[in-house]
Amino acid sequence: MARITLDRLAHSYLPDPRGPEEYAVKEVHHVWDQGGAYALLGPSGCGKTTLLNIISGLVRPTRGRILFDDRDVTDLSTEARNIAQVFQFPVVYDTMTVRENLAFPLKNRRVPREAVAKRVDEIARLLDLTRVLERKARNLSADLKQKISLGRGLVRPDVAAILFDEPLTVIDPHLKWQLRSTLKELHRALDLTMIYVTHDQTEALTFADKVVVMHDGAVVQTGTPEELFARPAHTFVGHFIGSPGMNVLPCRVEGRTAFVREQAIALDQTYPMLGDGKRIELGIRPEFAELGPPGTGFPVRVRRVDDLGRARIARVDMGGYQLTASIPESLTEVGGDASLRLDARHVHIYADGHLVTGQGRP
Amino acid sequence: MRVREEHRVTLVLDQVRKDVGAETHIRDVSLTLESGTLNVLLGATLSGKTSLMRLMAGLDAPTKGRILVNGSDVTGRAVQRRSVAMVYQQIINYPSLSVYENIASPLRVAGLPRAEIESRVRDAAKLLKLEPYLDRRPLNLSGGQQQRTALARALVKQADLVLLDEPLANLDYKLREELREELPRVFAASGAIFVYATTEPQEALLLGGRTATLFEGRVTQFGPTPMVYREPQDLTTARVFSDPPLNILKARKGGHDIALSTGGDIRAAGVFAAVPDGTYSVGFRAHHLSLDPIPGQAITLSAHVSVAEITGSESFVHLDVGQHRFVALVPGVRRLEPGSGVVAYLDPSRVFLFDEAGRLAASALAKAA
Repeated sequence: MARITLDRLAHSYLPDPRGPEEYAVKEVHHVWDQGGAYALLGPSGCGKTTLLNIISGLVRPTRGRILFDDRDVTDLSTEARNIAQVFQFPVVYDTMTVRENLAFPLKNRRVPREAVAKRVDEIARLLDLTRVLERKARNLSADLKQKISLGRGLVRPDVAAILFDEPLTVIDPHLKWQLRSTLKELHRALDLTMIYVTHDQTEALTFADKVVVMHDGAVVQTGTPEELFARPAHTFVGHFIGSPGMNVLPCRVEGRTAFVREQAIALDQTYPMLGDGKRIELGIRPEFAELGPPGTGFPVRVRRVDDLGRARIARVDMGGYQLTASIPESLTEVGGDASLRLDARHVHIYADGHLVTGQGRP
Repeated sequence: MRVREEHRVTLVLDQVRKDVGAETHIRDVSLTLESGTLNVLLGATLSGKTSLMRLMAGLDAPTKGRILVNGSDVTGRAVQRRSVAMVYQQIINYPSLSVYENIASPLRVAGLPRAEIESRVRDAAKLLKLEPYLDRRPLNLSGGQQQRTALARALVKQADLVLLDEPLANLDYKLREELREELPRVFAASGAIFVYATTEPQEALLLGGRTATLFEGRVTQFGPTPMVYREPQDLTTARVFSDPPLNILKARKGGHDIALSTGGDIRAAGVFAAVPDGTYSVGFRAHHLSLDPIPGQAITLSAHVSVAEITGSESFVHLDVGQHRFVALVPGVRRLEPGSGVVAYLDPSRVFLFDEAGRLAASALAKAA
């Protein structure tokens, strides 16, 4: 087990990269603490898989170093780094029993037989595989096979870290709930550093204590799920986290007021440091933008109401801008004309995409 | 895209069954689907969604039963002779052709006049926001744009039946959200019968239309999507249409008393008062289980926290209650230590009551959401 440091890493797939746009991973500096549960979250093409491959040793970075504790492993092979990986699709030996599959990574490392049996039993119990231990893997369902893959990743107690690459892709929604909570329990029981790569915010947020959000080759925010939700450091994070994501509207700021077109929106802080020539935007999550009857807030046109079962979401037009807003349970009649109320405590101001810290919160 | 109002089609599946070897993949399914409707097939992997679509398309022939289009039997007719378009989970395009030629390909095969092809391709590209990419090759586009290309190709055919088999499953979360938001508009602009397979209850709700819930090859219920969600007629349907999974406990009613499998007794009030004595399954969705006291008479459950998953805006709290494992979806951030004891509250008017055969016995439907 180890603390993993990414020391000013950057990677380009081109032999002689020039500008930053030729880098798949721009400069990343990050420390993964021993025993932490991390998620690496971002859309396809954001560089998360490249970063994962750098950690596992499949890709050697163009610049920077990777340290396990204080040891430089930049030039070490995957095997020498002592990392376990779980992939999107099950990697299982069909002709072996479940027990043999789980024992395989340990036997390869010449772990004594009793220790193997003990560890396999423990992992099987944690993953609820005990009852199928003696069965051949061949005829098991896809989700059981993926559980075996997880087990094979988890079985070695001495690994520096376990990397999960979209491990729940093949799993049905109902089983995802089970496996996600199982993974959390495993993390607690086994005290292993886990890094979970995904594009799925629910998986990332529910699994990890700390989420690293990547966009366009760079880390745009690292934080707890709560921080990413409450204070997105970048408009991309606001958009990417949350379903639907944060509303982002161009605006100008004067004192404690933001103007979206002619509409004045109250702020609870001032932003004297905004500077000139920057793109200024206002961010508000739909959870804090509430629809009401006409005449109770900013006038809006309701374009559509989505019934999500446990909540309703309104898609509205405010002076030519499209927003999503929440509909309180008490508002039963939603017509074409409505009002919007924004909770000033949750209105954020962004300059060129980056969150600006205001002053003088009451 | 033009709405072909003059051309209406009704597709009927009449007691359709499909056996493959010793296994039955589809069990006596009857469905009536109309032009201009979106029909969601909701069910887990292997519940029969793809098998049913293949029967609708004519890719497979049913073992028993009939398939009718506008009243005439097409059961034995091959897919080439039916008016069908399909979009799959795996994104399929011609890599060497431009986006324009990808969309145009079925029309070229059909030998349509050049001007007609041009106009249909432009319409479909506009609808799916592909206009800027028409000269590009699909593989140079994002996954979302690639799947938009496949969708556009399915639409230009102006087929009577468009089958979409988990079309968003291979896309990133956000792309999925974006495309899903547009799909109802795309469907409305067409006029075909759309059939859309998904494993996700949330996706069915967002798409709206009508939903057929599938379980082990059977359609358990078919109706307007919000109604199937709020008024499941049996336990299976309620389970298929719940994510997080439906919480279930057992209750035995005798006179005015209800004994719960979670321990404890309650008075037979609300939905419980209306049903005869007997044993019931009590189903309730995660967002109806509260960790804060609720007004009125609540069922209280003494629970231990197994895991708390925090999304930032809400928390999924997995609870052990006796032998049961429940999920509570509660607003805000709840940091709860595993193993800690909590009390969970359940409004008895928010539950579904199913009899021993799994049929809906009673529920406060309007409130159960």
